[in-house]
Amino acid sequence: MQEAIKPKVQEFPLFEGQQTYERITDQIARIPENPHPPAWTVMFGIGAVGTLMLITSLVWLLIVGLGIWGINQPVAWGFAIINFVWWIGIGHAGTLISAILLLLRQAWRMSINRFAEAMTIFAVMCAGLFPLFHTGRPWVAYWLFPLPNWLAMWPQFRSPLEWDVFAVSTYFTVSVLFWYMGLIPDLATMRDRAKSTLAKVIHGILSWGWRGSAVHWLRYEQAYLLLAGLSTPLVLSVHSIVSLDFAISIVPGWHVTIFPPYFVAGAIFSGFAMVLTLVIPFRILYPGLREYITMNHIDWMAKVMLATGWIVFYGYLSEMFFGWYSANQFEQFLVVNRFFGPYWLAYWALIFCNGVVPQLLWIPKIRHNLLLLFIISIIVNIGMWFERFVIVVISLHRDFLTSAWGQYAPTIWDWSLYLGTIGFFIMMMFLFARFVPMLAIAELKDIWHRLYHGHGGHNGHAGKHAPAPAPTGKGGES
Amino acid sequence: MAHVETAPQLYGIMAEFETPEQLIEAAERTRAAGYKKFDCYTPFPIHGLVEAMGVEEAKVPWTVFICGLFGAIAFFSLQVYTSVIDYPLNVGGRDFLSWPYFIPITFEGMVLCAAFGAFIGMLAYNGLPAPYHPVFNVPQFARASTDRFFLCIEAKDPNFDRNRVYEFLQSLNPLSISEVEA
Repeated sequence: MQEAIKPKVQEFPLFEGQQTYERITDQIARIPENPHPPAWTVMFGIGAVGTLMLITSLVWLLIVGLGIWGINQPVAWGFAIINFVWWIGIGHAGTLISAILLLLRQAWRMSINRFAEAMTIFAVMCAGLFPLFHTGRPWVAYWLFPLPNWLAMWPQFRSPLEWDVFAVSTYFTVSVLFWYMGLIPDLATMRDRAKSTLAKVIHGILSWGWRGSAVHWLRYEQAYLLLAGLSTPLVLSVHSIVSLDFAISIVPGWHVTIFPPYFVAGAIFSGFAMVLTLVIPFRILYPGLREYITMNHIDWMAKVMLATGWIVFYGYLSEMFFGWYSANQFEQFLVVNRFFGPYWLAYWALIFCNGVVPQLLWIPKIRHNLLLLFIISIIVNIGMWFERFVIVVISLHRDFLTSAWGQYAPTIWDWSLYLGTIGFFIMMMFLFARFVPMLAIAELKDIWHRLYHGHGGHNGHAGKHAPAPAPTGKGGES
Repeated sequence: MAHVETAPQLYGIMAEFETPEQLIEAAERTRAAGYKKFDCYTPFPIHGLVEAMGVEEAKVPWTVFICGLFGAIAFFSLQVYTSVIDYPLNVGGRDFLSWPYFIPITFEGMVLCAAFGAFIGMLAYNGLPAPYHPVFNVPQFARASTDRFFLCIEAKDPNFDRNRVYEFLQSLNPLSISEVEA
């Protein structure tokens, strides 16, 4: 299966140091088994404080109502939709890594897929909160589902907002299934390694009694590949549908055909930025991970970011072109209003963060400088947030009639909810690192066997052992 | 490696190997020796192993296909029923049966049902959850999820004869041979 990438493997090793099956298992499984490092407590604490802020913001929102937010006519979407699109975009890189790179037979995905899938799940949790509470009455959110109710009404299936309900809930469900299925063999490994009865029982239940039978693996791989095949169009559909929330309307700047692919590229761009934002500190916190998430992996992620960054930038250029070519005064005004209107700062911040800064990634030295890469990934995250701000706020605040123009400014509750979801996300990521094997142990052993250790039979290629270890830490060469 | 003693119940006899390649070879030879009821246990999926064992099946893919088809039909029908039959609503003069608008949710329903088909199908065909299985009685089997590769010839095989199986497994040159109590 990995034929295509084999020649490259010697040149760009996917593992550092001498590996054995036992070492791969041990390096990853011992992270949740051992006591956590002190930095974990600090980060978990930060996340927990953020989560409390999230809860407070939501409770206050339920007590007082949507008036505590900055939304009003004409900008009724505000932070809720900006943050929704931002979070869901971040989630998409997880599915891209786990599903699309699997179908493309990219062996390097094995080191980061578990991690990125967890990121997807928590990001979608954060995303889902916003539209749910933006409805104003989240306690009747079940009206969005086609359940017979006392209103004798059905949901409006011709609305992209309704499609969103199905797309996001399906996406969340399928992501959880995909992630959990990948975990089953690793939880069985944890069960077999467990010392205490409690750990044995918990892992035994969660691993469903997995025993690694060859026939089971056959069905498992079939199911896994099919889930990847299903997730690939799913992830494209989810962000396309999110973009249709905008594009189906006639609002200037939204009614453009480029939105679906441009949104999907933006999602992958921001998602890879978030993977880097997380992976770099986790590699410091758990040095054992460096053997599997090598500088090559980081380099490739940076390259994907650079490539998708250009697709996104092409989207910005074509938006300008559409504005001009439409010969529509409202569309033309929108472009000018983006450049020089009251929110010019947001627009130029977006161009700077997503268009200019990622160009640094052309330089190999920067791709191998973890600190700079970390900073760039944060800047891209911010830039992608500004992109959604520009799309939501600038288009809405001045549309057709000057009498309907207005301004939008977020309130402290907008910020507290947004920062609260970031805290929740951090908390969940660190809980994940604490309790679950962070990398896919079985898949790593599989890929290691196939690429480096296989001999004879269908695996007839050179290299009995992992190639000479590349320099560790900063400045690994490619 | 003590000689076979009278055990109350025997699930099978299990051999332990160090590498996947040895296990594939062992599986090939086990199959050639005429054993039908045997299984291999590995810490990760090994390509070529099920082929060596002579196992071929596509139950999971078919289940996924049927579940996906069901999901697509069910979600499309739901939208047609609610928007055309039960509560027709004129939205901007569109047809009641404005089917292109129903495609996104049809697609999502297809994916949702197919994904559940893959997950539940995989577990169900594998007989999971299995709270108890005899192979776990073998102490060495604790490494089956780490770095050891096992082959177990089961007692329900028509050709199963304790001593002959023992000798056969020994000819495969394993690390160890254990009896699996049922």
